[in-house]
Amino acid sequence: MTTGFGAAGMLTPLVIGDVLGALDSVGVPIPQLLQMADNIAFIALAAIGLTIIFGMMGVINLAHGEFIMMGAYITTLSVNVASIPLPVAMLLGALGTAVFGAIVERTIVRRLYGRLLDSMIVTFGLGLILTQGTRIIFGNSLQSIGTPFGNVPGYTYSGYRVLLLFAAIAVLGAVYLVFTRTEFGVQARATIQDPETARAMGVDTDRMYTITFAIGSGLAGLTGALYAPSATIVPGMGQSFLVESFVTVVTGGSSVLLGTALAGGILGTINAIFSNLYGNFIGQIALLITAIIVIRLLPDGLTGLAATIREKIGERQ
Amino acid sequence: MSLEIANLNAGYDGTPILRDVAFSVDDGEIVGIVGRNGVGKTTLLKSIMGLLEPETGRIQYNGEELTGRSPDEHAKRSIGYVPQGRDVFPDLTVKENLLVGESVGDGDETRYEQVYDYFPILEERADQDAGTMSGGQQQMLAIARALVGDPELLLVDEPSEGVQPSIVQSITEDLKQINDEFGTTILFVEQNLSVIQGLAERCYAIDHGTIVDEITGDAVSERDQLEEYLVV
Repeated sequence: MTTGFGAAGMLTPLVIGDVLGALDSVGVPIPQLLQMADNIAFIALAAIGLTIIFGMMGVINLAHGEFIMMGAYITTLSVNVASIPLPVAMLLGALGTAVFGAIVERTIVRRLYGRLLDSMIVTFGLGLILTQGTRIIFGNSLQSIGTPFGNVPGYTYSGYRVLLLFAAIAVLGAVYLVFTRTEFGVQARATIQDPETARAMGVDTDRMYTITFAIGSGLAGLTGALYAPSATIVPGMGQSFLVESFVTVVTGGSSVLLGTALAGGILGTINAIFSNLYGNFIGQIALLITAIIVIRLLPDGLTGLAATIREKIGERQ
Repeated sequence: MSLEIANLNAGYDGTPILRDVAFSVDDGEIVGIVGRNGVGKTTLLKSIMGLLEPETGRIQYNGEELTGRSPDEHAKRSIGYVPQGRDVFPDLTVKENLLVGESVGDGDETRYEQVYDYFPILEERADQDAGTMSGGQQQMLAIARALVGDPELLLVDEPSEGVQPSIVQSITEDLKQINDEFGTTILFVEQNLSVIQGLAERCYAIDHGTIVDEITGDAVSERDQLEEYLVV
């Protein structure tokens, strides 16, 4: 099948193959490196949408996995049914989920700000409805798209999965720019810190909440869209992202870029090492134990640690 | 008539705080609301700003009814607000705080230059997180944040609270100068005698949620007259 990514999509795995060949020649264990890159990408992408909705807005969205599933379904159906090129289908997956997220915020979540338990129950219910609704409408599974690009030349590892690490870095960078370099981003952060004062400064806080929730949802959809070519498309697929995403957000803390990137890097590496040595089950256990230790020692997560270090440096200066 | 309040009743969770408050502020005036702690000064400013829904009464600004409108709609009608305790956004830098205040502005960059002229320390610390600044610097930032939105009416809630006396004096002079230079109408609430006397052209005294006196002319500078409403 054509990937829809053009010549760049064909050349990139070849370039990666060359880079890996060079690393291999100096003794870097390539299979472990690829596994680590894959794990870091998976954890960062799984968490990024939730970091915005949970980390910034304080809403525990237990339907986060189903938002990822929605992005994957829209992407897969766009390719399989409407023959839309994969990159465009991925964009539709992200946008469709963002629009759905905006509707959910306006109709449901808006009534639940400051009511943590209520929001958990309601979004858990929403997740069940989405899973079962998808099962009723589309059946137990969809025909998968097929992973583009094939293997990295010289290795039995998917070139597309390696590229997801670069996608994760790009997504984190884009989110950072949106929330720190745009007027919307600054107003959104102000709203989340002190909604009453933000309103008194002329910020339409209702609009800010809707857009922020939609961005978080859209990023969840984008994660689903990016994994659609390499995952089994079933209604319960979102569950496989849920544990990693919550563990990453709690470990990373509230900072979208710093927290998610640090937590993604640390947890992804630990998960890769233990999975490689003792299998996936032990890898997951290692992930959870790491999260417990971090939360015990750093209640505000890695973001809190970074803030403390920054303050100490500031005091010295 | 710039701002007109009539029969205003407001409170929290059914507990009345303001009772039949009525007064007015003309364009370009500096008017103080003076009174002790807990008499309803902040509640009054919050009601005017739309942060607290009045139970009954009328708030009109330039002939337009404001009652029932949201705070952001107030801000879009050129009403600036400096909250009690500053309430700067602590995790945003000084520059980002100003950008939020500029939400209702016209994008005129010269407003930043003007507020930096008044408060040069803010330009020096433009990239510093607001939460790490001193109380006085945060107060300057809160005023600057309201000013970059180019307000015609500025509501200021206890500018002296938690600020050292030398800075209080400076802030008082700055507010006076802002009124002179831009014609900004200022309504402030305060219980610090030196701020009231240094700033107000006239005052309303508030007690138990009701306006009990209007102090005008030379009486504003008479210590005894004001202390009657400030000392417990």
